[in-house]
Order: sequence, then structure tokens, then C-alpha cells
Amino acid sequence: MSLSFQKVSLEYANGVRAVHRIDCEIRRGERVAIIGPSGAGKTSLLRMLATALRPSSGTIEVLDTDPWRLDRRGLRQLRSRIGMVHQAPPIPPRQRVVTAVLAGRLGQWPAWKSLASLVYPLDIPGAERMLERMEIADKLFERCDQLSGGQLQRVGVARVLYQQPDLILTDEPVSAVDPALSDRVVGELNRDAIERGVTLVASLHAVDLALHRFPRIIGLRAGEIIFDLPPVRVSDSMLAELYASESRTVPTQDNQPLETVLAGVRRRSMFS
Amino acid sequence: MVRGRQGEFHVHARSPHQPSAMSSALRLRDPAAAPRLLLAVCVIVLLWPGFSLTEFDPAALFEERSRGIIVKFVGTFFPLETSPEFLGLVLKSTYETLAIATAGMAFAILIGWPLALIVTRSLSISRIGPGPGRVHGSLIRLPARFVLMFFRSIPEIVWALLFVRAVGLGPAAGVLAIGVTYGGMLGKVYSEILESNDTRPATALLETGGGRIAAFCYGMWPVALPELVSYSVYRWECAVRASVIMGFVGAGGLGQQMELSMRMLNGGEVSTILLTFLLLVVMADGVSALLRKVTA
Repeated sequence: MSLSFQKVSLEYANGVRAVHRIDCEIRRGERVAIIGPSGAGKTSLLRMLATALRPSSGTIEVLDTDPWRLDRRGLRQLRSRIGMVHQAPPIPPRQRVVTAVLAGRLGQWPAWKSLASLVYPLDIPGAERMLERMEIADKLFERCDQLSGGQLQRVGVARVLYQQPDLILTDEPVSAVDPALSDRVVGELNRDAIERGVTLVASLHAVDLALHRFPRIIGLRAGEIIFDLPPVRVSDSMLAELYASESRTVPTQDNQPLETVLAGVRRRSMFS
Repeated sequence: MVRGRQGEFHVHARSPHQPSAMSSALRLRDPAAAPRLLLAVCVIVLLWPGFSLTEFDPAALFEERSRGIIVKFVGTFFPLETSPEFLGLVLKSTYETLAIATAGMAFAILIGWPLALIVTRSLSISRIGPGPGRVHGSLIRLPARFVLMFFRSIPEIVWALLFVRAVGLGPAAGVLAIGVTYGGMLGKVYSEILESNDTRPATALLETGGGRIAAFCYGMWPVALPELVSYSVYRWECAVRASVIMGFVGAGGLGQQMELSMRMLNGGEVSTILLTFLLLVVMADGVSALLRKVTA
């Protein structure tokens, strides 16, 4: 067992209840997609796994350890093994792409190496390889404010690939990338997880992408798990019910939500 | 923002028990309006005694009698003193003043930076979660804040008087005085600049196990650089002026020259020195603009 939630609840200081008594286990090497309407608690769940938020109650285990029982050094070491792809990439606009990617290893590098790499990038080939996988290798020495939203998001993914974490978390990794590319990006994250045998947990807005790329789907609504099934057993009515509060449609990749009431989810035939 | 959200919730929860027209009128009222009005009233109430206590009366400036005095005083400043030997003296003193201000700023940055990094809450690792070491963190942060406050609460002229006694008359005392006072100011303002910019990049780096210094260098430096540079150049400009006042107590530079000229009641010399200051400020402004362009 790699990750686990035991009766985990999360309440924010303003009284909003984001997650309510969740029980869940995710084994090492599993690839899980979390879907659900906005405000369902997807990001809160991921941020708890990233040890960025502490549960209000219940116990959480990340990579087989309870992060909130570790001392400072232990927690930092654990965090350096967790990679997070953010929805809005937290990269300074004035930073160069190569620096932004190399920043993925800051948790593993000693301080002198991090500082030396600012004087002259220490692993240019390494950064280039990861950007290659994201098809933006030509942007290596450009500044991040020269990139489009989608390109910047892929820089964020390249950073996590370069980090080589034991747990990959992604929060809407492709919200600004067009459908063909987002399939490629999510595919690349999956490939990395499979090759290195590490766990991947992704929250996704596009339901078809989740069903197509992940062997396990968790449906989240109002801070509770509604279903936790392999994609073949996720039925159209389950999806319709999951998104019922938001609209009568299930969000998909091309931003043209499909009617689910009569026709059911048209599962797009995906390439590859 | 949090308060606003709570307010909305409150009204929301109450609304079913009230007539719908009334509740919608309540709901649509800007919840920030009342606090804003209160704040405005408070500002006026606080300002009033300030002006009355200081007998502030702009009309007095334009009365017949005071107008005459002002004209007479300004008149003593002309013509400017332009004899070559005096200009040479001014040049030498200007050079000394620039040296005091620059060395003082370098010293101040050396004091201010580390303290700013300690004080900045966004660079605290234990804040995330919150995790272990919170008490430890605040035990270090609190004294650092106090040191910054202590350094800047004592005016540079007092520090200069102290250092003149310690290291003797001359520019070295000025450098030390500027270093200590401005170190206190820089530390505070640097940390406020870092906090007011986007702190998410640095937080994200801390959340993946990065250290404080690395998170600063990769996540905050590129975000805040132009602002930090322009504030530092502005402070350097202030240091040039501050070195004048310290010249009065024997810390060298243009200030000492000005003190001599004033004591000899030589208005022309004083205004030549003042003109030099204007040129220095113009120069500092140019340098600041240039550096902002380079770092943008």
C-alpha cells in the first residue's frame, strides 16, 4: 500500500467543508483519475496527498508514512519524493524555461548545487530531454513569459518529469492545452509512471480523457467518493449523476459537453 | 475576503426565513461598504488633531510679512559660488559622499538581506500544513524582527554620533551609521516586497522539499527583482542625502562642506552644493530607470 486515507475530513478556516470522511487506498504503481464537478474537493484531496494541507481529522499515509508524524527533515525528504503538476503553473514569468525545469530537483540537490545552477545551468541535456517529451525542446532558453498558456503548462509537467518523484500528482494538468496535445501530455505522464513503477493520481476535468487513459476512476462530489471503479464499469448514468449539480452534460475534452440524458456519453475513439 | 465570504454565507442561511424581496435586497448589498465608510471616518477623526496640534495653516505662508522673509532668505543663496577652487572642493566632497552612500548601502544590504529572508513568512517551511518546527520558527523570526526595528528606530544621526566616538571623525562613521539604519529599513521593506508579490512559485518549491534559500532564489528573486532593485536605488538616493546630515556631525563628505559654508553664512556656496544634490538625485533616477529596464 502506498497511499491511504482513513476517515479523512478537511475543513477550511472559513468553515467550508471540502472533504468529508473519505476512506481510500491507492497501491504503489496505480494510476488513478479523480473526476467530479468543480468544488467537489478534487484539489483539496490532491493537496493533502502533496502534504500541502493537513487533514482536520482522520489519518493519511503518503508513500507508506504519516507525513504529520515526521520531523522537519523527514517531512522535507518525503516532500522531495512528491511531484505536483499545478493547474496554474507556479513559475515566475521572468524565469528561463531551463531554470524552471531544473527547479524540479531542488528538493534533492544540496543548496550549493541549486545556487551554482543559477550561475550556469548544471544539467542542460537533462532539461532538454524532458522538454523533448513535451514537444517544446526549442523553448529551452526562452523566458517563461514568452510562452503560451499551454506551453507553460507543459513546462510545469517537464519539471515534474525531471524531478522523477515516487508519487506524481497532477491537478488539471491540461486545462490550457488543446485536445490532441493534452492526450499526449497525459499519455506521457502515464508512460513515466508505468516505466518507473510509481503512483500517479490525476484530477481531470475531461471525463473522456480520464476514462481513456486511467485504469481506475474515482468520482468525487461534495467532498465524498461517489464511485471508485475501473473505467469499463463506470456507467453513463453514474457520470450523469456525478455532474447533475453542475449541468445536464458531462464535460469532455473538446469543451463541447455532450448530452448524456438520451444518447449517453459518446466515448470518443481516441488515437493511439 | 474570508470575511466577505462568511458574510454571504450568513445572509444565505438566514434568507429562507425572510420575505424574498427583503432577503434579495440584503444579499445584493455590498458587504464591504460599511467597513469602508467606517475606515474613512476614522482617518478623518485621526487626522484632525494632527493638523490642529501642529498649528498647520497654509495661509500663513502667503502673508505679507512671511513673504518678505522668504524672499530675503532665498536671495542670500545667489549668485552661485563658481570659483574653480571651490568647485574642486565640491567635486572631491561629492566623490566622498558617493563613496559613503555606496559603501553604506552595501553594508546595509549585507545586514538587511539575511534578516529579510528570516522574517519573510512565505519562506517558512513549517507554515505549510502547518508542520513541525513552528515554535522554533517563530522563536527565530521574532528576535529578527526586533533587531530590524531596533536598527531603524534610532535615527542615523544618532548612530553617526555613536560611531564618530568609536572610530573617530571621518567617512567611516557615516558608512557604519547608514549601514545599520538602512539595514533595518531594507530588511523590513525587502520582506514586505517579497510578501506582496506572487508567493506561489516559492511555496510550490517548498512543497516539493526545496530549502528556504533555493525557494527564494528560484521562486521569489525572479518575481520581485525589479521592485527590489528600484527600492534599493531609491534608498541609495536617500543615503546620499543622509550622508549630508551626518556630515554636520563630522562624518565627512558634502555635508561637512555644507556645514562649513553655512557657518560662514555663505549662501552662494550652499546653493552650489544644493545644486550638486539635485544632479545626484537626477542621476540616481536615471540609474533606477535603467536598472528597471535591464531587470524587467
